[in-house]
Amino acid sequence: MAGSNPNAKPMNLTLKVWRQRNRNTEGRIVDYQVQDISPDMSFLEMLDVLNEDLLRKGEEPVVFDHDCREGICGSCNLFINGRAHGPEPGTTTCQLHMRKFSDGDTITIEPWRSSAFPVNKDLSVDRSAFDRIIQAGGYISVNTGGTPDANEIPVPKEIADRAFEAATCIACGACVASCKNSSAMLFVSAKVSQLALLPQGHVERKSRVENMVAQMDKEGFGACSNIGSCAAECPVGISLENIAILNREFLSAKATSNNLA
Amino acid sequence: MFPDSKIPEGPLAEKWDKHKFNVKLVNPANKRKYDVIVVGTGLAGASAAASLAELGYNVKAFTYHDSPRRAHSIAAQGGINAAKNYQNDGDSVYRLFYDTIKGGDYRAREANVYRLAQVSVNIIDQCVAQGVPFAREYGGLLANRSFGGAQVSRTFYARGQTGQQLLLGAYSALSRQVAYGKVKLYTRSEMLDLVVVDGQARGIITRNLITGEIEQHAAHAVVLATGGYGNVFYLSTNAKYCNATAAWRAHKKGAYFANPCFTQIHPTCIPVSGDYQSKLTLMSESLRNDGRVWVPASKETAERLRAGQIRVADIPEDERDYFLERKYPAFGNLVPRDVASRNAKMMCDEGRGVGSSGLAVYLDFADVIKRNGASWVSQKYGNLFDMYAKITGENPYEQPMRIYPAVHYTMGGLWVDYNLQTTIPGLYATGECNFSDHGANRLGASALMQGLADGYFVIPYTIGDYLAQTAPKPVTTDHPAFKEAEAEVNARVKKLMSINGTRTPADFHKALGHIMWEYCGMARTAEGLQHAKREIQKLRKEFWTDLKLSGTDQEMNQMLESAGRVADFLELGELMVDDAYNRNESCGGHFREEYQTPEGEALRDDENYTYVAAWQFVGENQPEILNKEELKFENVKLTQRSYK
Amino acid sequence: MSWITKTFSSSIGRKIIMAVTGLFLCTFLVVHLVGNLQLFKADNGAAFNAYSEFMGHNPLIRTMEIVLVLGFGFHIYEGLVLAAKNRAARGNQRYVSDHIEQNSSWHSRSMALLGSIVLFFLIVHLYNFFGSLRFTDVPRDANGNEDAYALVLAAFKNPFYVLLYVIGQVALLYHLLHGFSSAFQTLGLTHRKYTPAIKFIGYGFSIIVCAAFAAMPVYFFFFK
Repeated sequence: MAGSNPNAKPMNLTLKVWRQRNRNTEGRIVDYQVQDISPDMSFLEMLDVLNEDLLRKGEEPVVFDHDCREGICGSCNLFINGRAHGPEPGTTTCQLHMRKFSDGDTITIEPWRSSAFPVNKDLSVDRSAFDRIIQAGGYISVNTGGTPDANEIPVPKEIADRAFEAATCIACGACVASCKNSSAMLFVSAKVSQLALLPQGHVERKSRVENMVAQMDKEGFGACSNIGSCAAECPVGISLENIAILNREFLSAKATSNNLA
Repeated sequence: MFPDSKIPEGPLAEKWDKHKFNVKLVNPANKRKYDVIVVGTGLAGASAAASLAELGYNVKAFTYHDSPRRAHSIAAQGGINAAKNYQNDGDSVYRLFYDTIKGGDYRAREANVYRLAQVSVNIIDQCVAQGVPFAREYGGLLANRSFGGAQVSRTFYARGQTGQQLLLGAYSALSRQVAYGKVKLYTRSEMLDLVVVDGQARGIITRNLITGEIEQHAAHAVVLATGGYGNVFYLSTNAKYCNATAAWRAHKKGAYFANPCFTQIHPTCIPVSGDYQSKLTLMSESLRNDGRVWVPASKETAERLRAGQIRVADIPEDERDYFLERKYPAFGNLVPRDVASRNAKMMCDEGRGVGSSGLAVYLDFADVIKRNGASWVSQKYGNLFDMYAKITGENPYEQPMRIYPAVHYTMGGLWVDYNLQTTIPGLYATGECNFSDHGANRLGASALMQGLADGYFVIPYTIGDYLAQTAPKPVTTDHPAFKEAEAEVNARVKKLMSINGTRTPADFHKALGHIMWEYCGMARTAEGLQHAKREIQKLRKEFWTDLKLSGTDQEMNQMLESAGRVADFLELGELMVDDAYNRNESCGGHFREEYQTPEGEALRDDENYTYVAAWQFVGENQPEILNKEELKFENVKLTQRSYK
Repeated sequence: MSWITKTFSSSIGRKIIMAVTGLFLCTFLVVHLVGNLQLFKADNGAAFNAYSEFMGHNPLIRTMEIVLVLGFGFHIYEGLVLAAKNRAARGNQRYVSDHIEQNSSWHSRSMALLGSIVLFFLIVHLYNFFGSLRFTDVPRDANGNEDAYALVLAAFKNPFYVLLYVIGQVALLYHLLHGFSSAFQTLGLTHRKYTPAIKFIGYGFSIIVCAAFAAMPVYFFFFK
């Protein structure tokens, strides 16, 4: 049954899906056919249909990460037809709908590929490197309680808005996946600039950027060469300006901090 | 004899301060000798784990996600309430308390709700200090808006992504403690059972979702912050993974489950478009400020519309029924969530629904676009309109949105006392996982407030009271109870894997959801509930004989994960039905058709049902025992809501 | 490791070296271009030879030459290191289907390739002129200056050199089209007001410099 549009015709598609048992085994592309796909389905609902079919046949369903299915949790992470989160700009995989495809299409679905994101299974990858980068300094060191009244620190609206825009990063990893260098700079810069812009973040400004960049390098991400693929594919529109802010913060921290290590 | 709810004596406003003085403290040097397990890393879990670690306890934090930041708190849009009175418009702790009690239709504890209102002001301070980028005015101070029909502007927000920003604040605090080594983080680990040693919660059993390994973890206390159970309806605004397993396992180990039938249905969601539908997407109810809700006035027009014979634009103004404006002239389209939802259902039941399924009503912006222009509308609601267009493929600037109610939040949950301790000593429940603060209906922008209140400002005090009375000796997994619990979990997993039937977990989940939505959803009847109980029992039997899984349990197996959660929903669903059947009144999110005013409004029975229904598990396939905690209202007068 | 080596062996540190040396090399291009424009003077190379003589013997220029070599050296070395590290970061398994061309420009992704072409050109270029002037005895012109002009005249009658020089300049053009503004981004020198201007200047600079350099072999081949 088609939903909103009674004229929408169901589609038949060929899927070329990356299957990989675990991180220690080789993977390969396997072809599947899916029938009667409604254009109103989300991309993940289309995969649900495939998985239900596979399970009924006693085969193993395709593992993929997803959760909120409304574009905010950052779990879903599919590389669809050569693009992170597929062809639609500013959209996570879960918000991509099948009306963007046509009957008879062949769709290639792969996991994020980066040496810092090893494959767990099939299309699911391990993005814990992002958590470790945040643990290295992506916070303001305040304990619960004892904080001043919220209005004691005025923040210019323009600064608050820019900090907010940087803070909307959902850590899906599309930036890393689409960057030819597998650089995590857009992710790291989003957090660094959020906290560098806000007065609350100034106290630890230098150590934060030094530690986060060191961890980023340790995780094996590549360097930024300002290509811009990351920002073009970012589903929430994190701007390249943040990377410039990160570079600036890094340079000034290294030049002026008292940290000799 | 009902367990003591431990509400402190004395005047309402002094209870919490007095209680904080009376609770026992753990010697600072001893804190590092206590281990605390926190399950779930959403607002309630991450804030609790971080705060407890800051105090010096050793925390183990568990999440089934790949990162703590993915918890479903992240999806909350609207905002967070706090009685700051920054707008000088007459707000106060007492007013927030009063609004919350009244909004909950007088089915919450006064003392808990008052404490919630008190600590709400600290939450904002805490979050701002963490770098949460709340909306601000041009002068640099924090902005507020009025939300969900509140008469004061007390809602703090970060555009439509308040939940995300608050969660990332709590996540950053948690990450800091991970870096310090005070929190050990276990990602992709799902709690499958609680371990109780000598009547005290002493650990949990988890499954590593990557390797399939079953693991034992011991601690001096366990905090469950595992969210709500809205996914019992299959379709809801919850994330796909949201489940009741941790809470339900705890319930079966002795924790009472309170008010399970109190579920909140949100009126403005994008309607179901087909059988494949996997979840429902909420759109902020702020849309009702400017959109007008209507359906065709006649069934015939609606039928022709659904068949595609006519278009929306062809329906003349006098054949449109703006039913909320017609029935509730004073509040119009801004009636509370439950009233708006129920009326939409009524229209669709009458055959006047729109969309190809007939399960939707229009939310029309044509008037406001004519009045103020499309750019005004775009500035105010642009992101919501874009989201709608992305999902439905329709342009809401040109044709009315279609909306339908969807399950959004569950007010019920594990029963807790004033200390947030369940009926199992050493087991705590925070956030949506517990039942405590929202009564029969939750107000907008109050869920974030409660999650953070519990985690940042309540549990750090109250858990100390318990730990101070526990010897600071190391706890280990040596006790036979751990082996037993692990064996049970293992047996259950093996059983699920070995049924080898024909139906998938999603098949069963959808079937359960259908029963729940039809008979235990927006409107319930005694007869329907009894029917539902039989249907659920039947479905449960079928589940355990006809489930189909593939692969093994020694690897990543998402269908196995899902099957375990559905198995628990199949039990919880029956308890919800029992609870709804028992509650012979209509209140908040619980509407029994037999109990309504002549105008069709909810009719409470304060004389007989001013209590918390706390259900006690006694054994498999045995009826649960109902325990009643009487609610005493010493500060507010119980009134009937009216939106005429 | 001291904080300095640590800073400059980090991913951003290496990029900073790329940016600083890159911009420095841009200034070299300007100096080099301004001098070489004398090739177009209709004096049979008298002014160019005088300039060449000055460049070959002035102590300040000779000192800057060392800095220039270091600039090139660091730029090339760091470029190669980064290219190798970035390749490794992507991992062994490449995408089966990759449509990166839909989200970024070819030249911005091809800096290592373009740089390598420029490097090859540079080696030939040094062999053609710098090598001859510095390490062999070159006949002198009427003013007693080494006749560099004659070298230019001879080299650019060879169609292969002309072609190579033009290709070298096209590669440099694309290298600069990305490199110029990219250097400012890497150094964090961005601003909503000024970045558009930097981008504009970068484009103008790249086109003018490379077109002018490319015009020299073409001019000599066809018109001399």
